[in-house]
Formats: sequence, C-alpha cells, structure tokens
Amino acid sequence: MAVKTVIEAIRDGMDEEMARDESVFLIGEDVGNRGGVFLASDGLYKKYGELRVIDSPLAESCIVGVAIGAAVNGMRPIAEIQFADFIAPAMNQIIEEAARFSYRTAGDFNLPMVIRAPWGGGVHGALYHSQSIEAMFAHVPGLKVVAPGTPADAKGLLKAAIRDPDPVLYLEHKRTYRLVKGEVPDGDGVVPIGKADVKRDGKDLSLIAYGLMLTYCLEVAEKLAADGISAEVLDLRTIRPIDRAAIIATARKTGKVLVVHEDTPFAGVAAEVMAIIMENAFDALDAPVMRVTGPDVPAMPFNHVLEEAFMPNPEKILAKARELAAV
Amino acid sequence: MALKTTEVEAKGGRSRHRSLGLSDEQALRIYEVMRLARAVDERMWLINRQGRAPFVISCQGQEGAQVGIAAALRPGSDWVAPYYRDAGVVLWFGMTARDQMLSFFARREDPNSGGRQMPGHFGSRRLHIVTGGSPVATQLLHAAGVALASKQRKEDAVTAAFFGEGAASQGDTHEAMNFAGIHKLAVLFVCENNGYAISVPQSQQMAIQNVADRAAGYGFPGVVVDGNDVLACYEVARQAVERARRGEGPTLIEAKTYRFTAHSSDDDDKRYRQAEEVAIWRQKDPIQRYATYLREAGTLLDPVEQEITERVNQQVEDATDYAEQAPDPTADDLTTFVFKQELKP
Ligand SMILES: Cc1ncc(C[n+]2csc(CCOP(=O)(O)OP(=O)(O)O)c2C)c(N)n1
Ligand SMILES: [Mg+2]
Repeated sequence: MAVKTVIEAIRDGMDEEMARDESVFLIGEDVGNRGGVFLASDGLYKKYGELRVIDSPLAESCIVGVAIGAAVNGMRPIAEIQFADFIAPAMNQIIEEAARFSYRTAGDFNLPMVIRAPWGGGVHGALYHSQSIEAMFAHVPGLKVVAPGTPADAKGLLKAAIRDPDPVLYLEHKRTYRLVKGEVPDGDGVVPIGKADVKRDGKDLSLIAYGLMLTYCLEVAEKLAADGISAEVLDLRTIRPIDRAAIIATARKTGKVLVVHEDTPFAGVAAEVMAIIMENAFDALDAPVMRVTGPDVPAMPFNHVLEEAFMPNPEKILAKARELAAV
Repeated sequence: MALKTTEVEAKGGRSRHRSLGLSDEQALRIYEVMRLARAVDERMWLINRQGRAPFVISCQGQEGAQVGIAAALRPGSDWVAPYYRDAGVVLWFGMTARDQMLSFFARREDPNSGGRQMPGHFGSRRLHIVTGGSPVATQLLHAAGVALASKQRKEDAVTAAFFGEGAASQGDTHEAMNFAGIHKLAVLFVCENNGYAISVPQSQQMAIQNVADRAAGYGFPGVVVDGNDVLACYEVARQAVERARRGEGPTLIEAKTYRFTAHSSDDDDKRYRQAEEVAIWRQKDPIQRYATYLREAGTLLDPVEQEITERVNQQVEDATDYAEQAPDPTADDLTTFVFKQELKP
C-alpha cells in the first residue's frame, strides 16, 4: 500500500500495463516528450519509445480512428483526448464506428481499446476545459463508460479498461488529479467494470455520485453524521454498464436517495438512476428521489462567481441532503 | 511520380500481363473475379426489381480498379478496408458469391453482419477485411491504424483503403493521409473516382482535376490511373505495394472510372446525368476491354471463356438459391453481441 494521487495512479496503471503487455500503447496530443498536458504519461516516452508512446497530430478523429484500426490488428491502444471538451471531432469514430464494431459484425470484430479523457469543472477551465460528457456517451450501447473518483479505483479501473475486449471511455476528473489522495493496493488491484462501491455505510439516506462529486459527498456524509444523520455513499465508478443491483440495494436500504453530478440534468445520469429506482424500488421509498446537478446552461463560465454558481459543492449537496432527511 | 496510363499501355504490347509478371492463369483469375462481381451484381438488381430484396448498391463499371488493385495485395496477410462498391475487392480477398447473396438477402448466415447491415457493408476478420459502416471515409483512419500496428510489430503487411471521390472531401480522409504520411505507413489509399457522389459531380466536390494531386500535401506520391484498365491498375498498385513493403510509406492511387448503375436501387440517375454519358462509358467497360485484350493476347480462348461463363453462372445460381432459402435471424438475435462478452446493455 502506498498513498498516491489520482494522476499518479493513472500513470502507474498505464506504466504497469505497458510493461505487462507489449500490445498496449498510448497515442494522443503531447503525450510523448511532454508527458501529456497533465503529466499523466510523464516518463513513459523515455521508457517505451516512440512506437508505443505516440504524439499524434492535433486531430481527435485521427487519434480514435487510428486506435480502432490498431485494435483491429491485434493492439490494445490507449487513445488520449487532451480534454474531454475536444472529443466532439471524434464522436463519429466513437459512436458510429467503435461502439458498433461488435454489433455490426455479430461478434466477428471486437475492439480492445481505451479512450482516456480528462473531464469536469472547478479548475477555472471555462466553457471548453470543464465539461462533463458522460451522459452523451453513456447513451450509446456498445460503449463502456467509467468515471473513477479515487486513486485506487483510477488505477484499478484503468487496468480493467485496458484488458477489456471492448471500447471503454475512461473519464478522469481533472480536479481530482492532485486533490484526491488515497491508498492504492500493491499488485494488480484490478477493479471490475460495472461494479459500484459503497464508500461509506449508512442507514438514513443514500448519496449516489462519481468523480469529484464522490469526494464532496463523503465530506457531506461526515457533516450529516455530526447532525445525527447516517448517510450511505455509493460511488457508481462505472456509468455504463451501470450497477443496477447496487443502486437498488442502497435505495431499498435507506429509502431516501440523493443523486449528485456536475453534468447538466436533462437526460443525465441522475435521471437514469432515478428511473432505475422508480422501476425497482418504488415501494421502498420514503421520499421522492432528489438530485443536485449542474444547471441547464451550455457550459461552465470562466468568472469565479459564475463557476461557483455552476458547480455543485459540499454546501449545496448538504442543503439538499438535509431537505431529503427532513421529509 | 505521376504515372500515366499511356506509358503502361505502351509497355509489353499484346502480352502486357506477362510483362507485368502475371501468368496466364493469374490473368484469367483476375478476369473471372471481375466477371463474378458483375454477374452477382446484375442478379441482385434483377431480384431487387422483382421486389424480392429491398436494396442493392453496385460495383458495376468499377471492377477493373477493384480487382486490379486487390490483385497486387496478398490476401491472408495484407488487409483491406473497402467501401460499399468493392465487391471486386472482397471477392478477391476470399468472399464468395454465397457470402454476397447472404448479405443481399440479410440472412442470419451473412458473414459480414449476420443480416444486421445493408448489403455492401463488408467485413471479415478471418479474411482481413475491416468491417465498414455507412459513414464515408472513416475506414481510411482504420486502415492507417491497422498499418500502424503492422509497423509496431515490424510486420510487412500492407493495408489498402478504398473510397470514392466524394468521401475524399471528408476530414477523416485528410487526417488519415496526414497520419500515414508522418509515420510512413504501409497504406494504399485508393480513390475510385467515378465522377459523382450520388448526384453531385466532381466539379462541385473539389476545385481540382485530380484527387491524387493532394498526396503532395501529405508527403507521398499520388498516381492517376485509368480505372477501367485493370492491368494498369494492377501495375500502379504493385509499385505502391512494393514501395510500402520497403518501408517508404503510402501511395494515393486515383482510379478514374465510372459507375454504370444509379448510386443505389433507391436512386434515379436520370435526374443528374445524361444517358449519352452513361453510354459513352459503357463503351469503356473494364470487363469487355480486358476480355478483348486477353483474346488478342491469345490467353482467353473460346473454350476457356465458356468455362468461366459456366462457373460464374453456376455460382450465381447456387448463391441465389442458397441465400434466398437461408433462414432469417430470429428476434432473439436482436440483442446479442453489443459487446464481445455478452453483457446485458
Ligand atoms: C458521412 C456521410 N454523409 C453522407 C452519406 C450519404 N452518402 C452515401 S454514399 C454518398 C456519396 C458517396 O460518393 P463517393 O464517395 O464519390 O462514392 P461513390 O458512391 O460515388 O462510389 C453519400 C452522400 C454517408 N454515407 N456518409
Ligand atoms: Mg463517386
């Protein structure tokens, strides 16, 4: 066990998988000598050389399309999109191509590939360096979408994603990179895709979150405990395939659920979680399922007042949780 | 290094194929695959017009470019990323008339997709045919990626991506050529320029005469070839393949050709092109032209031609009967293979 940051855990995960399996390689903008704009691949270019750590041209469709082709021909590419906000030029390759290779060939082809994308706000990144993209991609059958919130999960899910036979969109929250530290188990520590994790046990209400919001919800649970409210915190970790059983279990256990994400609300992940609860645990509810999300505006503004107004934070979550507890 | 068809034609005279290193047997094999591609396609139109199958998209007129270029590759170890017209390419790479018809009738046994995709969306891992979807030009990047993997593993496989001149306008075409040029990947970019993208003529697609000219912008050669001259196509492709195997990088081959049919069974080409224009191009039919050459070269003797015709007809009959009676997928097949592991979506 060692204490690591999220960014260190991601780097270790890539390094260990590249050492373990020669078919694993990294391609993206500035990932080579520079080690990535967030230093996620720091040192890997020196260690593995230019054929396995490839500085791509500034072209996202190229990054993903080339990764698809390499995966067809026996490789396990990690395609890095520099910021999730710039994934749009690659959407055709991700949605129309990667997500459909298995289905459109009735299983003849499969694509063992990972698309890593730094996402999320609270970093003064403004409209184009703050976005949440999980709902758009989680809507697409044929893609797996993961969004770890702790160093151990970041490393373990990255390993699982790299070893997975299908395309995985791996979302790493920029604000957590250096903010969130934690114990990372020695050895493989693979975290299975599709399994949520109860990060804190509780009985009065459930907070369901992922990414940076997990850290905030754990903080809120601590504060609620001081009020004598026992909050359970469920970390989804994987957005799709979503862990229905874990969502239903926590809803049945506490009867009160608050779903939290910074993405905008309309047709978002919280809406899906709420639907799962309505369909499967309605009889166990003691209150309507509630949510705290970013607002329905196109993206996060730069000015700090506006940014704070956009982002869910522990205060906003706490207020909503108290409202729910009081029902 | 723009190589002109006229030079190719001049070389070798009546035994051009032998001077290109093709045996009589190989030359006839090329002819037979062109004939088979055409015959299967003609049968599909017949069946479509009888209302027995909903959709057909054709190779007709482009078989010379397709088979000539595919013939320069090594099926089994090389890769192709074809587009929907490339029946000639995939037949050369090992697909059969039955496979074509199973896909045409969208049967469960369709090897491309189990009846999920429209006809013309080829794919077979075993045959090294990269699966294609409907969005045009995406396959050029896949081809670059396949070739990158070959380079990473130090294998000498060559990958050929095929596309129309309309698809050449897509950003993915630029991104793929740029990437392949940077890494000197073993890729053939093959543009089958038939002058139209559905109804849009080349003059509205680009401000230049030759797509091949764009290769200069990516640091590799572009070659224009007469796409209706199968041996010329073979020759330029062979040079490009040799160059690629030497590690010198990609080549863009532009085969000037023409489609004889409407864009698809859902199109009416009389709305945008003149019957006279089609008639002129039919005079340049790559199959007729090659047959004439082979006869003059003394390679295609009457009994040989008869045998080929019989084999082609027999395959078309067999494939049609087999595929039309083959079972459809069942409703249970709708939800399988969303992922390799049978996870519930
Ligand atoms: C991205 C995209 N836009 C539009 C279409 C619809 N479409 C299918 S084929 C085609 C024309 C393609 O022309 P070209 O690339 O020249 O190939 P050709 O059919 O002439 O062989 C169009 C517009 C498509 N398949 N993909
Ligand atoms: Mg065209």
